[in-house]
Amino acid sequence: MSPSVASRVAGRDGFVAHIGRRSIETARALADVRTWAPLLLVQMRRLGVDSVPIALFIAVFTGIVLSLLSSYIFTGTVPMYFVGALVGKTIMMELGPVLTGMALAGRVGASIAAELGTMKVTEQVDALETLAYDRYSYLVVPRVLAAALMFPVVTAFAVGVGVTSGWITAINLLDLSTPEFFKGLKLFYRFKDIWFGLVKSASFGAAVALMGCLRGLDARAGAAGVGLSTTRAVVLGCEAILVLDAFWALVLL
Amino acid sequence: MIVLDHLSKSFGPKQVLRDLWLEVPDGRNTVVIGYSGTGKSVMLKLIVGLLEPDSGRVLVDDEVVHEMTRDQLAALRGHIGYVFQFAALFDSMTVAENIHLGLARRGYGKSAIRERISESLAVVELSGTEDKYPAELSGGMRKRVGIARAIALRPRYILYDEPTTGLDPVTSATMDQLMIRTRDLGVTGLVVTHDMRTAFTVGDRIAMLYEGRIRQVGSVEEIRATDDPVVRQFIEGRPDDPAAAGRTP
Repeated sequence: MSPSVASRVAGRDGFVAHIGRRSIETARALADVRTWAPLLLVQMRRLGVDSVPIALFIAVFTGIVLSLLSSYIFTGTVPMYFVGALVGKTIMMELGPVLTGMALAGRVGASIAAELGTMKVTEQVDALETLAYDRYSYLVVPRVLAAALMFPVVTAFAVGVGVTSGWITAINLLDLSTPEFFKGLKLFYRFKDIWFGLVKSASFGAAVALMGCLRGLDARAGAAGVGLSTTRAVVLGCEAILVLDAFWALVLL
Repeated sequence: MIVLDHLSKSFGPKQVLRDLWLEVPDGRNTVVIGYSGTGKSVMLKLIVGLLEPDSGRVLVDDEVVHEMTRDQLAALRGHIGYVFQFAALFDSMTVAENIHLGLARRGYGKSAIRERISESLAVVELSGTEDKYPAELSGGMRKRVGIARAIALRPRYILYDEPTTGLDPVTSATMDQLMIRTRDLGVTGLVVTHDMRTAFTVGDRIAMLYEGRIRQVGSVEEIRATDDPVVRQFIEGRPDDPAAAGRTP
C-alpha cells in the first residue's frame, strides 16, 4: 500500500472512530430528558413539517416519471396494469424513502450544520456549556430524534402523493383505467412494503441529522469553515442514506 | 480561590501555555494582561473545563476541574460566570431569553426568573431591552447583556474575556465600572485584557502572561513601577523595546 493510500485509510479510520465517539456521547445524552424534551416539538416542526413541500414536489414528478417509464417498458410485453404494481412498489419501498431522504439531507443536514457551525465559531456552544447545558443534550439529541420521528411522516406523505401522481398520469396519459391501475397496485402489495420504507426513512433521518450536528460542532473558525462543514454534512448525509439503504435491503428483504 | 497549577497546553505543534502558575484570590479582581494570541482565553477555558490541560491542574475551591464528573462540572459552572469576548449571546433568542436560559437550568420559578432578569439588566443599565434580539444591539450593549447573563446566576467567580476590546472609550469606562461594581458585590473577577486602562482601573492584582508563563504578578502600583523591560514595554505600549523583540507575534 502506498503511503498516501495508507494515510487516507488511517484518516478514514480516525474519522469513523470520531463519529463513533460522538454517537456514543449522543446516546448518553438521551438520558438527559429534562434538557431535550422541551426542544423536541420545535425541531419536529422545523425539520419535518417545514420539509413537506420539497418532499411532495419531488414525489409528484417521481410518480409521473415512474408511470411513463413503466408504460414504456411494459408496452407489448407485460399487461399494462403492472404499471400500478411498479409505481406502488417502487415508490413505497425505494424511491419514496431514498429520494425524500436525499432531498432532506440537503435541506435538513445543511441547515443543522450551518446553524450549529455558526454557533460553534461564535462561541455560543461554549456559552451554552458555561450555563451548565450539555451540548449533546441541548443541540444534538432533539434534532436527531425529531428527524428520526419526522422523516417517516414526510416520507409517508411523499409516498401517497407519488402513487397518486402516478395514477393520475396513468389514467390521463396512458391507455389505462383506474380499476386496472389499482389492480396492479394491489397485486403484489404487502404490508411490509409500507413499514420497510418507513423504517428506512427513520434511520435516514437520524443519520442525516447526526451528520449535520457533528459536522456543525466540528466547524472551524470563519465563514469558510462553516461552509465546509455544511458541504461535508450534506455529502455525509447522502452517503449514509445509500449505505443504510443497502443495509436494510440486506437485513429486511 | 482559583489556582492554575503548572498548566501546559498545546494545540498541534504550538505550545500556548508552559507550566503556568497563578492564584486568583477571592473577592478581588485579578487582571491578566498579555499580547494577543498568548493563551489568555485558553486559560479561561481551562478554568471552566471547556478545554483540558496537557499537564498541570486547575483547582477551583480545592477541586481539580478536569477530574470532575459531568455533574460536578455542571455544578461548578453554576458558580462561575463567563463573559465572552464577543458576548456569545444566542442570536435566535431575545435578551430576556438569553438570561432566562441559565436561570431555568437552575430550576428557578417563573417569577424568580423574571425578577432576576430585571435586576441583572438594571445593573448593566439595559432595562427595557428584554424583548430585543442581539442583532438589534450595539457591541457594547451585547457585552453588557453578556455580563447581565453572568451575574443573573449570582456566581462566585466571573471570568471576563477581553471585556472592553472594540468598544469606544466611554462604553469601555462603563464596562470598567460594571466590573468594579460586580467585585464590590463580593464576586471574584478574573479579567483577561490587553487594554491597560481597564487593567489599571479594575485590577486589584495584575499578572502578565508572556510566552505561556506568568512573567510578573503584583499590585497595580508594583506593575506600574516594574523594572521588567517586557512588562514595561507592554504597559507603556512601546513598539521598539529590544528586550521584547523576540516575543511571539
